Amino acid sequence: MQIARVIGDVVATVKDAALTGHKLLVLQPVTPDRQATGRTLVALDAIGAGVGEHVFFVRGKEASFPFLPAETPADACVVGIVDHWDVD
Amino acid sequence: MILAKIVGTVVATRKDERLVSSKLLVARPIDPAGKPEANYLVAVDTVDAGVGETVLIVSGSSARMAAGLKDCPVDAAIIGVVDQIDVKG
Repeated sequence: MQIARVIGDVVATVKDAALTGHKLLVLQPVTPDRQATGRTLVALDAIGAGVGEHVFFVRGKEASFPFLPAETPADACVVGIVDHWDVD
Repeated sequence: MILAKIVGTVVATRKDERLVSSKLLVARPIDPAGKPEANYLVAVDTVDAGVGETVLIVSGSSARMAAGLKDCPVDAAIIGVVDQIDVKG
């Protein structure tokens, strides 16, 4: 899993039926000192995260697991909101 | 998922039989501001997208979970047509 900041959201009316009702968030992965790193991506939201929050997200097929038994076509999903993190 | 702009179509007569009647589109990944980034890719269209539209693409094995692609040899599927991208942060 990786840590990212939620920087926005995406609206799509025409989409796969399994995505109906799910929130799509734009994520910017960050380094431990909160600097942006790497490309932005779009992730599904499994926990009710919002813009400005630091979250951790899972990539790959596991991104669809929070929505089982529905077969959701997702390759990135926010699975936790970070309260705080420390790196020595 | 990544954001991408559809820039073209692909026609292939000889292909895996599970790809017969799939629509293949050429997409260019973009950032939320619309700036092109990374290389072009070919994705199977499941939402009737067209050239010039901004779309959502799911990659890897998750692409097979898109409607109608079960057990198909694909690693990128177009699963949404983007109406609006809001970047506030």
